[in-house]
Amino acid sequence: MSAIPVRPEELAGTKRENYINWSHTVKDWLLTVDHKRIAVLYLVSISIFFAMGGVAAMFIRLELLTPKGDLFRSDVYNRIFSAHGIMMIFLFLVPSIPATLGNFLIPLMIGAKDLAFPRLNLLSWYLYMIGGMFVLAATVFGGVDTGWTFYTPYSSVYSNSQVALTILGVFIAGFSSIATGINFIVTIHKMRAPGLTWFRLPLFVWAHYATSLIIVLGTPVVAITLALVAVERVTGIGIFNPNLGGDPVLFQHLFWFYSHPAVYIMILPGMGITSEIIACFSRKRIFGYPFIAFSSLAIALFGFFVWGHHMFTTGQSMYSGMVFSIISFLVAVPSAIKVFNWTSTMYKGTVSLKSPMIYALGFIGLFTVGGLTGLFLSTLAMDVHLQDTYFVVAHFHYVMVGGSLLAFLGGIHFWWPKITGKMYHEGVAVGAAILTFIGFNLTFFPQFIVGYIGMPRRYHWYPDEYQFWHVMSSAGASVLALGLVMPAVYLILSLKYGADAGPNPWRAVGLEWTTSSPPPPHNFDEIPVVTWEAYEYDADYTDQVADESTRQEISGTVPHPVSDHMGTYGNPPGE
Amino acid sequence: MSVEALHDGHSHGESSDAHESFAHHYVNRAQQDEAYIVGMWTFLVTEIMFFGALFAAYVIYRVQMPEIFDEVSRDHLDVKLGFYNTLILLTSSLFMALGVRAAQLKSKKGQLFWIGLTLLCAFGFLGIKYKEYSHKIELNLVPGAHFVYEGAHAGNAHNPSEAELLAASKPSYGPDRVKATTGIAVKRRPGDDVKKAEKAQIFLGLYFIMTGLHGIHVIIGIFLLGILWFMIKYNHPLAKDFMPIEMSGLYWHFVDIVWIFLYPLMYLIKPSLELLLHQ
Repeated sequence: MSAIPVRPEELAGTKRENYINWSHTVKDWLLTVDHKRIAVLYLVSISIFFAMGGVAAMFIRLELLTPKGDLFRSDVYNRIFSAHGIMMIFLFLVPSIPATLGNFLIPLMIGAKDLAFPRLNLLSWYLYMIGGMFVLAATVFGGVDTGWTFYTPYSSVYSNSQVALTILGVFIAGFSSIATGINFIVTIHKMRAPGLTWFRLPLFVWAHYATSLIIVLGTPVVAITLALVAVERVTGIGIFNPNLGGDPVLFQHLFWFYSHPAVYIMILPGMGITSEIIACFSRKRIFGYPFIAFSSLAIALFGFFVWGHHMFTTGQSMYSGMVFSIISFLVAVPSAIKVFNWTSTMYKGTVSLKSPMIYALGFIGLFTVGGLTGLFLSTLAMDVHLQDTYFVVAHFHYVMVGGSLLAFLGGIHFWWPKITGKMYHEGVAVGAAILTFIGFNLTFFPQFIVGYIGMPRRYHWYPDEYQFWHVMSSAGASVLALGLVMPAVYLILSLKYGADAGPNPWRAVGLEWTTSSPPPPHNFDEIPVVTWEAYEYDADYTDQVADESTRQEISGTVPHPVSDHMGTYGNPPGE
Repeated sequence: MSVEALHDGHSHGESSDAHESFAHHYVNRAQQDEAYIVGMWTFLVTEIMFFGALFAAYVIYRVQMPEIFDEVSRDHLDVKLGFYNTLILLTSSLFMALGVRAAQLKSKKGQLFWIGLTLLCAFGFLGIKYKEYSHKIELNLVPGAHFVYEGAHAGNAHNPSEAELLAASKPSYGPDRVKATTGIAVKRRPGDDVKKAEKAQIFLGLYFIMTGLHGIHVIIGIFLLGILWFMIKYNHPLAKDFMPIEMSGLYWHFVDIVWIFLYPLMYLIKPSLELLLHQ
């Protein structure tokens, strides 16, 4: 029973070399092949695009305060909600968790020095930025008014906006996520530390493996489909134009073949984060590990066979509608398995309500609501009533914002000490997490009701009787915005004023916690040899211990609950 | 081997023996090679999905308008040139395989020779494609603003053969054929009343997009193999590694396989085979 060993220079108060402080030039950041630095680059750029998408969202909510369209003309409103959708989905949600936390943590979690292809990783960030710049340029040069779905033939023939430029941006950003997906698959297959079998992997890694499979199989399809739209727009070929004998529904098939699985690209990594957080803050082994692992793969698999549920009202065959409906119901099974396992993990666990845990609990609640309302929408007859209403808007925001975004924030809070080596203010963080949860529900729950009573999506003129719900929703949006701005402030402040986190402030298990914070450039001083199972949390552990300062933990007065399994690779070389 | 020994002294480019060197973040050489191979195959999967969407579109339109696919393919695609291109690409794949074998045998001369021949084939393929494309551009058969389609045989490069006339004299596929052979009237699909030229432009559009995308892949392959050829020629340290040629080979075979599907789908819609035998 030894404590986590500490380096002499750390005790002396001097910093050891880590991935942040080993060099400070701009060139070393922009040309880095270190997965940790690339993750930070991604984190910064993704946050910027998220802020821009968020501003668009605030404009939407502002406009919807009143039933008359008195803030924007209709064509401007169309451009605003399209910008919101395109930025949030292609530039924030799809890369958010994989490209930041996944990029940072997967090599650390599997005991590797880097991803399999570090230069490909850097290329993916550049592709992402170039794609993002094209989307931005399109927004500046007049915007795009097709919605994020680019439905033909409106997008390919009639729309009088920057469709081709936007599509080019999304196309390029797509290759950035393909590069990330390939990198993750190869890394998880080939770079695991000795002894780290598949069933000893953290569920975060399983979730990212499933996500990468979807990225690799789905993204090329949407890339070529959008390219076809651009070709049709530029050259006048009529692949999707019914006036020229083309089939616009074919576009929808090809588009949703990617874009429905893309929902799982967004939610699966969030589920991985939740598994990590729930286990850590319940001080318990995760309940039903293999079920959670395989349910990720099941979701990835089912996800490819449900795209038709976006097209129940496009006149597709009744029988294919029935099949798509049934398979859509089936997706609920692996999703529910996860939710049940997380709750079972907490049962009789030592639950401590730290800020990451509050985000994770928020995730479970909101994802459950989002998932269950998905069942309404996959019911054929019900969908005819609800298609293209605010019910759908509320449903996918519950899954994507309530699910993905909350999990992303939870993950950022959970691994912030690892990424930066600093602790943020816990009390403020808990406040922000609760505020986000309340603001979110206030924003989107009214949309279920207003959608059910008939408010169509993408409209900004509406009958007076819907105004009550829209005002409530807009009020909630300002609370939500406050809850989202707060972390940006206190997390950045923590870089300067935060206390040193130490290698393992949450006393979590997992290889990423065995190295120092921030991790050294090559992650581990010695490649770890894994001899223990995942999530070996000690049941006797109490929350009080976690509040002890890191110094005590380091000085060896407090026994580390998992150090028996951990070996000695925190030691300085030669010891 | 101890863990420490594994990552001591094997950092990037330090070792003089190329076969023992590997990038610093791998544990050993075998891990690097396996990562490259798995990565390349995963990349090829994304390529298959990339083309897959287009093949799906092709299948759907061919089911919707089989007779027009048949007609346009027969009248406007040159089956002979397509056949030569297939021959050239298949042969180039053999050369590529021999090049990879030469790399295994560590024969620099062999690698240069076989990769050179592969490159020659690739240029030959593009030359024939150029001939095909320019002919179609002259006849205004590129869908878009200048598209002109004058129906059967209008732009045929060859005199109609007996077999062709025979094929044209009977209803080929679709509702007409079903009616002719079984006497059952089949419900016409929504696309059926669209004018013939508009249907023709969908087939030709798919033809240009799919063979064009394939052509882009051939050009990328020429760049890959060309760079590799010069790297081997001037003894670049990376080219001593077996992986670059192995992975270029995988890529080249993939490009070949795509064409193996494109050729019959575009050129060999049933009666075309008879044409090939008669000419």
